Amino acid sequence: MFSNLLPPNVSTFGGDVDHTFWMIFWIVGFWFVLAEGVLIYSIVRYRKGSTGAGTRAMFLRGDTPRQLAWIFIPVAIILFLDLAIDRAGASAWERIKGEIPPSDVTIKVTAKQFNWNFTYPGPDGKFGTADDITAENDLHVPAGKVVKFELQSEDVIHSFFVPELRLKQDVVPGRKISGWFQSDIPGTYEIACSELCGFGHYSMHGTVIVQNAKDYSAWLHDTWPTKFAANSASVKAN
Amino acid sequence: METAAEQHHEAPAGFVRRYIFSTDHKVIAKQYMILSLTMALIGGFTAYLIRWQLAWPETDIPGWGPIGPDNYNAIITMHGTVMVFFVAMPFLLGAFGNYLIPLMIGARDMAFPRLNMMSFWTVFTASVVLTISMFVPGGPAAAGWTGYAPLSDNPIYTGVTWGQNLWILALALEFGSFLMGGINFLTTALNMRAPGMTLWRLPLVVWMELTAAVVFLLSVGPLIAGALMLLADRTLGTGFFRPDRGGDPLLWEHLFWFFGHPEVYVVALPGFGIMLEVMPVFARKPIFGYRTMVWSTIAAGLLSFIVWAHHMFVSGMDPRLATPFSVTTILISVPFALLVFSMIATVWGGSITLTTPMLFALGGLATFIIGGVTGIFLGSATTDIFLHGTYFVVAHFHYTLFPVTFFGGFAGLYYWYPKMFGRMMNETLGKIHFWFTFVFFNAIFIPLFAVGTHGSPRRIYELSSYTYLQPFQYLHVIATYATIGLFIGQLPFIVNFIGSMVRGKRAADNPWDANTLEWATTSPPPHENFEHIPVVYRDPYEYSVPGENEDWIPQTRPEPQIVYAAAD
Repeated sequence: MFSNLLPPNVSTFGGDVDHTFWMIFWIVGFWFVLAEGVLIYSIVRYRKGSTGAGTRAMFLRGDTPRQLAWIFIPVAIILFLDLAIDRAGASAWERIKGEIPPSDVTIKVTAKQFNWNFTYPGPDGKFGTADDITAENDLHVPAGKVVKFELQSEDVIHSFFVPELRLKQDVVPGRKISGWFQSDIPGTYEIACSELCGFGHYSMHGTVIVQNAKDYSAWLHDTWPTKFAANSASVKAN
Repeated sequence: METAAEQHHEAPAGFVRRYIFSTDHKVIAKQYMILSLTMALIGGFTAYLIRWQLAWPETDIPGWGPIGPDNYNAIITMHGTVMVFFVAMPFLLGAFGNYLIPLMIGARDMAFPRLNMMSFWTVFTASVVLTISMFVPGGPAAAGWTGYAPLSDNPIYTGVTWGQNLWILALALEFGSFLMGGINFLTTALNMRAPGMTLWRLPLVVWMELTAAVVFLLSVGPLIAGALMLLADRTLGTGFFRPDRGGDPLLWEHLFWFFGHPEVYVVALPGFGIMLEVMPVFARKPIFGYRTMVWSTIAAGLLSFIVWAHHMFVSGMDPRLATPFSVTTILISVPFALLVFSMIATVWGGSITLTTPMLFALGGLATFIIGGVTGIFLGSATTDIFLHGTYFVVAHFHYTLFPVTFFGGFAGLYYWYPKMFGRMMNETLGKIHFWFTFVFFNAIFIPLFAVGTHGSPRRIYELSSYTYLQPFQYLHVIATYATIGLFIGQLPFIVNFIGSMVRGKRAADNPWDANTLEWATTSPPPHENFEHIPVVYRDPYEYSVPGENEDWIPQTRPEPQIVYAAAD
């Protein structure tokens, strides 16, 4: 259960998340083993009578600098490690959730009880025109491209979670929240709603289908059979 | 001449005034304890329903029947609400705070005994309202114990009508009750201390109950306002949290977590405090770094006010807020590491007797460490992108709240039972209770960490609808078997708790050779606690002082008279 703790990562920024995860894992793992080790050692070693009958406990009040050093020095190291974790986390966060890089594809994601709707601008690249197409629950995206999404909810709070992309963003009614991802690895990845949204919450899933250039272009042509053929040269995504 | 404080009153003679509408803090404490343990049965039963459904989805649950997804959401909402607000708080603050503060500071009662009675009956009413809400048409609240709007705000999204309204009302009453209780704790501990009981001679559990009370007083106001706004949205047509009426759902999240995070410390600190009373007694050692612990407690209390947005990293709030809140959150590891290290150092070099209370205190510390270290993963905004809202969070907060509430609570219960009821509990049953609880608690939640790191969202009625999670179904099965083991392990406790009241060995006034003031009176203490108000001469943890015959010196023993040589 703990050999491969995390699902495989398929996004370009997921490595940063995993790196921070493993950094924290080893740091806190060390302190966990140390703390539990000293605790268990103390319990075993200092059982009453284990050091000979009549041995008394040590009289340690921990009120002199010399004694307090035993706890303050480890805590100083912890403080230093905390800041190292903050630093690694802050730069990864900035890359993932900060400024959105120039995108090749923009998709509107509309969440509602209990579906994910994905609206594509179509060959003209503009939303609100006749060639917009909305797909239910399946999100086709090209591999190797920056995909920008705009999240909106029609009812309650949902959360757009794609574990293998290391991507999670709440979808809040009344707000438009943008984000991005890029995956270089074609495949089918599940979307799980991760904010309680009603009785159908557990079944509010969708899929992200990351396709290589050839498959994606074939999907575009299937989806917009007439218009696409005429405008295919103007679409950046293929 | 007798001073006012020396006047001693007899307990009221009538049954109702003596045992039901009593103003005696010891009776009220027992009332809180019975209330919280009763509510724990409801909370535990909901846990059983949840675990069974997750292990064997959509099968008949023995003793209940099948549950559907809407029932499931109601059940998890009730589990969280009951356990946090109606078990942890009444147990750790209501029962132990009430029982211990006056006895440990050498007072006859709380500063405001009638307010104390009113606090209890208010939380009792809240419990009744919450229980009624489980049976109204439309079902109980099903928006999670965090009640995120608009799911909790507009009935069309859940179909829940009065269930949610009563849930809000129950919470508002509960908060009101603990506000009154907090004022009482604060006033009592600051103004009613016996002669010689300086602040630096207060037992740590009093310091921690006090800090918890202050943190609660300062954080709950916004949420009471939030609860009333939510109720107004539902019943009066306002739209504070409804975007279709110009409101904002994130406002609820801020109000909820501005209270919700400090609330964790409100529960954790008294649980820690109890463990800290038990450890020196059974290690026969002074607390290591008493003042460091007091300052760490206060620091943790202060820091808890500026970390709430770590529950909201991916909520849609401005992403630039994430890093500052990450830093403050991870910084909390500093006071807590000081507390944990001081606890370990208190045990180190002791002369340890593993009685049942000591086992629970040590078990609580050992498991709380896991809760503490896993918090770092969630405090870092970057890893929280992946882990937020998954079973990792569920496992993490159970590893913080269970150790303080149940390990800490049971440590205190076994430790002070002789004082409360005048009889000893059975040690063998107690140890069986401990080992079942310790082994099976870990067996439930260690697998759930793994469910979380594999990306399973929480609050999922069944995870087989996700292909990527199907391989991890067996972890839920392990956790469910362990839950059944945990519940079986509580039977010896129930037998012991009730049986010892009639059959337990009579307890001496001070069966553990402990120093603090509650052991300087009879077991159980008389109405108004002390024959004469004690005078305090020393620190609460003077164990194994070199040069002394005994390995303990009660706080009431005067310092030896220093006789200077005549030639001086």
